[in-house]
Amino acid sequence: MTPGGGSGPMKDCEYSQISTHSSSSPMESPHKKKKSVPKRKWEVFPGRNKFFCNGRIMMARQTGVFYLTLVLILVTSGLFFAFDCPYLSEKITPAIPAIGGILFFFVMGTLLRTSFSDPGVLPRATPDEAADLERQIGNTEDIANGCSSGGYRPPPRTKEVIINGQTVKLKYCFTCKIFRPPRASHCSLCDNCVERFDHHCPWVGNCVGKRNYRFFYMFILSLSFLTVFIFAFVITHVILRSQQTGFLNALKDSPASVLEAVVCFFSVWSIVGLSGFHTYLISSNQTTNEDIKGSWSNKRGKENYNPYSYGNIFTNCCAALCGPLSPSLIDRRGFIQPDTPQLAGPSNGITMYGATQSQSNMAAATPLLQSEPSITSEELPLPGKTSISGPCASLTLGQPTPPSSMPNLTSDSGLTDIIPLKEEHEGHQFLTPEEAPSPPGMLPSGSPIAHSRTMHVLSLASQDSLHEDSVRGLVKLSSV
Amino acid sequence: MKAAPSAVGTSGTAGQGGTVHSLQELRRSASLATKVFVQRDYSDGTTCQFQTKFPPELESRIERQLFEETVKTLNGFYAEAEKIGGSSYLEGCLACATAYFIFLCMETHYEKVLKKISKYIQDQNEKIYAPRGLLLTDPLERGMRVIEISIYEDRCSSGSSSSGSSSSSSGGGGAGGR
Repeated sequence: MTPGGGSGPMKDCEYSQISTHSSSSPMESPHKKKKSVPKRKWEVFPGRNKFFCNGRIMMARQTGVFYLTLVLILVTSGLFFAFDCPYLSEKITPAIPAIGGILFFFVMGTLLRTSFSDPGVLPRATPDEAADLERQIGNTEDIANGCSSGGYRPPPRTKEVIINGQTVKLKYCFTCKIFRPPRASHCSLCDNCVERFDHHCPWVGNCVGKRNYRFFYMFILSLSFLTVFIFAFVITHVILRSQQTGFLNALKDSPASVLEAVVCFFSVWSIVGLSGFHTYLISSNQTTNEDIKGSWSNKRGKENYNPYSYGNIFTNCCAALCGPLSPSLIDRRGFIQPDTPQLAGPSNGITMYGATQSQSNMAAATPLLQSEPSITSEELPLPGKTSISGPCASLTLGQPTPPSSMPNLTSDSGLTDIIPLKEEHEGHQFLTPEEAPSPPGMLPSGSPIAHSRTMHVLSLASQDSLHEDSVRGLVKLSSV
Repeated sequence: MKAAPSAVGTSGTAGQGGTVHSLQELRRSASLATKVFVQRDYSDGTTCQFQTKFPPELESRIERQLFEETVKTLNGFYAEAEKIGGSSYLEGCLACATAYFIFLCMETHYEKVLKKISKYIQDQNEKIYAPRGLLLTDPLERGMRVIEISIYEDRCSSGSSSSGSSSSSSGGGGAGGR
């Protein structure tokens, strides 16, 4: 239809319409915008972590104490090299600053490695996995109790495994929706399950787990040496000077030495003590967590022993420090594939639109072939979100799970680097609705799908945008 | 549409459904029916091993022996990656001596084995699983917790519960791009 006389407003309307479509205005659908800027996985990581350098560096949320550690080490070492080393290298030997330099380099390297690396975070379960687990647990409980788990969440679930003859209980993590592997624990500060969880160390600003335990140990060991080294040579420096000019004059001549001596004196006790403690832990192949809880102590029973220990100290040490280093499981820098549909479908029996790795044709017309899995998984997003706060409340009221799975904390007076967190509860206490996994329509939150090396052949590139939109629409419908 | 049993594919073995699929075909013609998860086997400790128990859902799709062989091979790979022996000690000591800076330029033994595993899984998918309408997912993408096996219902096969007409109409609908 021609605009005829072409009234002004009409013309303006047309013009503005064209301009709207050409630019990406807020009127555009959000996922069209997302498609043009692929996000990396760390940007939607569900845990409470901070990322730097585009996902290469990963730390806990509170890093204030880490900066304090850095400042203390840098300032003390700096003062040592600037004020004490010249005198000492002249009077005694230049090897002193050389050795000091090597120690300092080692300390900084291991500290940064400990703080910046992934401690062994377990990615959260994909919706399919979670649904499958829920179904299995539901089935076993129905069989056991003879009642249906309708509206409320049943008590915390455990699975028992026998490891090297010792019975170990695996607990179900409500936040991550997985059964935690043995020795894993959920850190409530970082809101992640961490493999071989040792403790959350505020001094390094990160959890200490399987992947960075050896760095942590090397850090405290080398820091003990550095502290003792600096302390010893500062004292030597002051003594040598006071032999020449008297004690008070010596102090006046090098005031930095006083500061260094004070810092080192107070650090030595805690750092050396901590190194000793961790040496014991490594030689017996235990984690701080297990030691605090007394999981493998003889007090629990005569037959209680550590199933993970290799039997002799040497092997335990070698395994902990020189064993293979497993890679990070969370793929921080991978790109989120925009299409990661799940098995969940609307309850009227429509099959899912495509798979994780391959997209099928428009599935709306296809009747659901197996209704069972899709119905349970479709129900999951709803109760999963609303009922989490429910069980959280009940769980925090002295349920068996929280104390034993308490990640770190608790006050151990000998360990100065563990924060006695009084508000310690299971991690999911913090799982408020806004922190709940993002709507299935967004899907990628935390799930390390995508970037499948095996699935390059089945790349999703061939799907048309209309199909994707309708797929997304269906997912949103089903989850609402 | 693509219902010809001798359809293009890199492998020629017929699946138990009676139709042959290549990986590309799976993408075009099949729809995901369900996923089966093979869980970890912790009886040996924290080393990465998967259960070799045969999932009942795969009963009709693949021979038990093939599946068990796949899982056993994967277990073998993981055991090799996590093996504590002479070479891993050497690597660990060297890394420690360089304050772990060497990890910035060197690939660890574990990573090398993971690449092998990835290739193996791709290989298995192409040769054995895709022709049967199944797909293995690398456990690394699932946090080393499970081996996820996606089961595809074949739209083209007449043996499945989806009717022939619905599959052709859905095929047409997909091509039309509603």
